[in-house]
Amino acid sequence: MRNLFIVAGKEFRDGLRNRWVLAITLVFGLLAIGLAYFGAAASGQVGFTRVSTTIVSLSSLAVFLIPLIALMLAYDSIVGEDEQGTLLLLLTYPISRIEILAGKFLGHAAILGVSTLVGFGVAGGIIAGFGSVENLGELVAALALFILSAMLLGWAFIGFAYLISVSVAEKSRAAGIALVVWFLFVIVFDLALLGLLVGTGGQVSEGLFHYLLLLNPTDIFRIVNLTFFEAARTQAGLASIGADAAFHPALLLSAMLAWVAAPLALALLIFRRREA
Amino acid sequence: MTQSVIEMTGVSKRFGKLAALNDVSLSLGEGEVLGLMGHNGAGKSTSMKLILGLIRPSSGQLRVFGHDPSGTQANDLRLQLGYLPENVQFYEQLSGFEVLSYFARLKRVNHGIVESLLERVGLSHAMHRRVKTYSKGMRQRLGLAQALIGEPRLMLLDEPTVGLDPMATRDFYAMVDELRDKGVSVILCSHVLPGVERHIDRAAILGQGRMLASGSIEELREVANLPLIVRLRTAHIPEILAERLHPFGVQIRQGGVDRLELAVPTRAKVEVLRNLMADDKILDIDLEPPTLESLYAHFDETVREVSTTESVKMSANTGQEGVTA
Repeated sequence: MRNLFIVAGKEFRDGLRNRWVLAITLVFGLLAIGLAYFGAAASGQVGFTRVSTTIVSLSSLAVFLIPLIALMLAYDSIVGEDEQGTLLLLLTYPISRIEILAGKFLGHAAILGVSTLVGFGVAGGIIAGFGSVENLGELVAALALFILSAMLLGWAFIGFAYLISVSVAEKSRAAGIALVVWFLFVIVFDLALLGLLVGTGGQVSEGLFHYLLLLNPTDIFRIVNLTFFEAARTQAGLASIGADAAFHPALLLSAMLAWVAAPLALALLIFRRREA
Repeated sequence: MTQSVIEMTGVSKRFGKLAALNDVSLSLGEGEVLGLMGHNGAGKSTSMKLILGLIRPSSGQLRVFGHDPSGTQANDLRLQLGYLPENVQFYEQLSGFEVLSYFARLKRVNHGIVESLLERVGLSHAMHRRVKTYSKGMRQRLGLAQALIGEPRLMLLDEPTVGLDPMATRDFYAMVDELRDKGVSVILCSHVLPGVERHIDRAAILGQGRMLASGSIEELREVANLPLIVRLRTAHIPEILAERLHPFGVQIRQGGVDRLELAVPTRAKVEVLRNLMADDKILDIDLEPPTLESLYAHFDETVREVSTTESVKMSANTGQEGVTA
């Protein structure tokens, strides 16, 4: 257990040192404020828009950005140290492979978690302070749910990054696969579902379709944030179908948690079996 | 005989079809320094990884401090182990001090020792600089400091003197001597280690995954039966000496003006020397016993010759270990 936190601590400090934390925080913060302020520009106004509009546009952008950032942050966690030669040395220390991997994951999860919390949190504070928020309670609740689901989404993709990182022998290969994974989950999956829906002439049963959406953490993330705003449904595209299903937010969040746990567990399994 | 630190019996390791190690036996006692020689791909790194418990033997028995190094006791064993990998690399963005503190914490050692370790390897002036700015020699010294964390009882050092300047190399060997006096067992792994002879108790020579020879330098010299090189400064022409020393099996060649080089069989050493000393036309004599390098080259060559034909078992006088030639 002690080793786990030593590794996690080092990973987090590395994140502070190489400005990952700062960069991600800034990106998230500026994105949120920018969308809140200019979100209504299309309809000819500038100024803070309604909370629901902000969160909906924010989640539809974050769904592209967060997985990409998470994959970039962590794709080289194991393969990078392997190529560098430090992994071999680390493995000769009195530390188990599970502790190495889980510790690194914890560190990366903390980097992304802190950046998400601070970036969107501060942005939320600014919106509340300068915008004309009619219902502060709604903003806090919506933002809290958004931040929580954004963290889980990020962690799920860190999990994917680890799975890639323990499975390949070269860093460049890991980077390539990470890009493919991003493309598959963020773009191709939705297109395929849409194709299925259109191709079958809407014959797919609605229930099945809802569950199909749970097969992709990015779609769960969309549903979580959309169900919160009934009004926003019209802008939500494909995921609004999921919103109809009225999955309970707790169920959706547990599904996301499963998406964090599954790739990480698989990565642990592969890493343990691997010969150094 | 002291307690056995490493006991390797008939160990083989295959990676797919490739036999990286083939029936290798090796033992290392407490406070013993072993030189593990072999060219690239001879099986040195595989042996190291086996001892470190990073990989498991395909067959054979391996015990380190009496336990299976990749078994449940692995973490306890690793507390007593120090390892310097070949071409050691560290986290470039961290300073030497931070790197060492990290590894010290992982080894459950109070990181108060970090400064003294850095001082010991002569890095205290650069300890707060990033490793990125370190030269090859400085990295190597940081690697040594890392291997010394927690006063290990067994040290595995892979190419320890690569990149070290002559002074640092001398300091390194002084450190090895000091460790041996404290009862630490050391394996020095290398293709060549000039000047290592005086600092090791035994040498083991690996080639193509097999143990070619193992024993003390004297034992290896005896088995290899390499000639002693005697250099003379003399007014004699070679033919006269050649005729006189012929009965001893001495071969002579001209080594420059006034200089002769004699290849003397080890068993005839004393008689030849006596003969030469009595000769007042000889102005200077210089002796060079077969170096570890020439022994290594000898054993390595024999395996290359034989590898195409049938391998012949030749027993050595070393007792437990045989010599495959």
